[in-house]
Amino acid sequence: MKEDLFELLLRLADDHLILGHRVSEWCGHAPMLEEDLALPNIALDLIGQSRALYTYAGEIEGRGRDEDQLAYLRLEREYRNVLLVERPNGDFAHTIARQLFFSVYMQAWWREAVGSADETLAAIAAKAVKEADYHVRHAAEWTIRLGDGTQESSRRMAAAVDALWSYTGELFETDSVTDALAGAGVAPDPAMLKAGWERVIAEVFTEATLDVPDAQAWQQTGGRRGRHGEEMGYLLADLQYIQRAYPGMTW
Amino acid sequence: MYSQGLIGAQTSTEEDEAFLARFQERIDAEEKIEPTDDMPEGYRRTLIRQIGQHAHSEIVGMLPEGNWITRAPTLRRKAALLAKVQDEGGHGLYLYSAAETLGVTREQMSEELLAGKAKYSSIFNYPTLTWADIGAIGWLVDGAAIMNQIPLCRCSYGPYARAMIRVCKEESFHQRQGYEIMMTLARGTDAQKEMAQDALDRWWWPSLMMFGPHDGDSVHGDQSAKWKIKRFTNDELRQKFVNATVPQAEFIGLKVPDPECRWNEEKQGYDIGPIDWDEFWRVVKGNGPMNRERLEARRKAHEEGAWVREAANAYAAKRKARKQAAKIAAE
Amino acid sequence: MTNETPLWEVFIRPRNGLAHRHCGSLHAADAEMALQAARDVYTRRGEGTSIWVVPSAEITASDPKDKDALFEPTADKIYRHPTFYDIPDDVGHM
Repeated sequence: MKEDLFELLLRLADDHLILGHRVSEWCGHAPMLEEDLALPNIALDLIGQSRALYTYAGEIEGRGRDEDQLAYLRLEREYRNVLLVERPNGDFAHTIARQLFFSVYMQAWWREAVGSADETLAAIAAKAVKEADYHVRHAAEWTIRLGDGTQESSRRMAAAVDALWSYTGELFETDSVTDALAGAGVAPDPAMLKAGWERVIAEVFTEATLDVPDAQAWQQTGGRRGRHGEEMGYLLADLQYIQRAYPGMTW
Repeated sequence: MYSQGLIGAQTSTEEDEAFLARFQERIDAEEKIEPTDDMPEGYRRTLIRQIGQHAHSEIVGMLPEGNWITRAPTLRRKAALLAKVQDEGGHGLYLYSAAETLGVTREQMSEELLAGKAKYSSIFNYPTLTWADIGAIGWLVDGAAIMNQIPLCRCSYGPYARAMIRVCKEESFHQRQGYEIMMTLARGTDAQKEMAQDALDRWWWPSLMMFGPHDGDSVHGDQSAKWKIKRFTNDELRQKFVNATVPQAEFIGLKVPDPECRWNEEKQGYDIGPIDWDEFWRVVKGNGPMNRERLEARRKAHEEGAWVREAANAYAAKRKARKQAAKIAAE
Repeated sequence: MTNETPLWEVFIRPRNGLAHRHCGSLHAADAEMALQAARDVYTRRGEGTSIWVVPSAEITASDPKDKDALFEPTADKIYRHPTFYDIPDDVGHM
């Protein structure tokens, strides 16, 4: 049980850190100054959530690893995030599609986790769910504007959805870890969140005049077992650079 | 974060003496000038130029520090840096807004910047090579900025003064953030200490240049002071900065890279060696290490974002039209 | 289609329960975007509990040339202020 909880926290923390990392890459390069402020706000929320999760994971593990040791000092195959969050930013439409898919999922996840049998996780969820609410709003409003904006934006938004759709299935995967924790009332069963997620996405897409891709489409997998895309190594090279170049120092 | 002393403002103005005297009376009475008030063209132009340069500096200033967001060494440092760089964007936004009250649009100001016609603080044309540069920028560049910005909170132009009050309030953590990074490095391993000293060596002189040319060489200083756009001279502010910063360096065991820097009991301040103004003007004129890259990055963001801005406007227009149509149908 | 995104004025009600106060402006294509941007730009430090956004073009302002006509006439109406009235100190605070 303790091992399962540690594994779950690590997955969640990695999802948030890696996505926060990606979103933070926009800072100073956004399509308009207002988004130069909006995107870092989202990245700060995500990084903040990852810190709470890593810290708790370290406590559960009981081997004295703190947030930074967990965030910075693992090898590529040890990261447990879904592939979706590590996808490169691409154009703004790709970033928004990735935000929408992930934040709609997390909103539902956190809402369930607020009632978790694990008090610490419930407390983290209570804070995170408010942040996720805003992330959904931000992503949904942009999806609608890009989908129903100009011809070019509509084409780009559709292309982004097409490119990222096959990375959404992984969010709902279950295994012995999720089964055990769902059974104990600690964390929601990801599979149970799927119908709600599809409903919200369909609503947003309808307003955005976007087609919902085929539900039976092929889905990528592997992140939860540490099999990542080629871009992940470069992301980690950035993330870990100082810690690797100057091991064991205080910053 | 502040732009250097204003460069290239046209303060000449064509109003008649009586008008100028009335305006000066208001300034002397410490009245705030507001957007719809009558003002000399030279005053308006100077402000547009200065606030524009200041705003551009904030925006371009996001780039050198942004260069380290993904590589910050701990999650705590990463969050603080991201929040700081985001703040710079916010400050640019406040400042563009203040300039917009003078009858120029943000779009126009951006175009000037991207066309290479507008100036911004030259300090951002230097590269950030190591993590210690993030500490040095926060400590020195933001430190210099604060010296410049606090008097601007009392600037005669209301919207500028109000924007600066907000900026100063928010910036209070920036310099502390930087100094804390430097202090941590200076108390760390030899490699870290070396990194900190190297960053101080590279950022010290450009920081002093941020205050602009010596008072005697500054063309617009007098008129700006008379109009209370600027309240201290470049040299006064620079001296204040040196006096505050040298002891801070000593406190953490670092040394400013100036063999002539020593305490002058008589003037109760530090004397410093000569500033390399050739370097300053070289960088101002576009030949610093990073001038081209900085503008290129801004251009890229602007161009690649164009379709997003167009989409948002197009959607707003569509929705308005739909609402209108629905209203007509209902009537 | 114009590329100039409209300007909005932002008003925030601070935590202390005072009235909405003008705190700045921003650019946004429509009201929802303006609201979100106002939240992201002007409430990063927990400044607010409520936001108003108003298209800048919709604001009607008094003309500075009317300043004397509008505001000078109140200057001599000192009887509107409590200090106009003499009450002996012995009465206490009133």
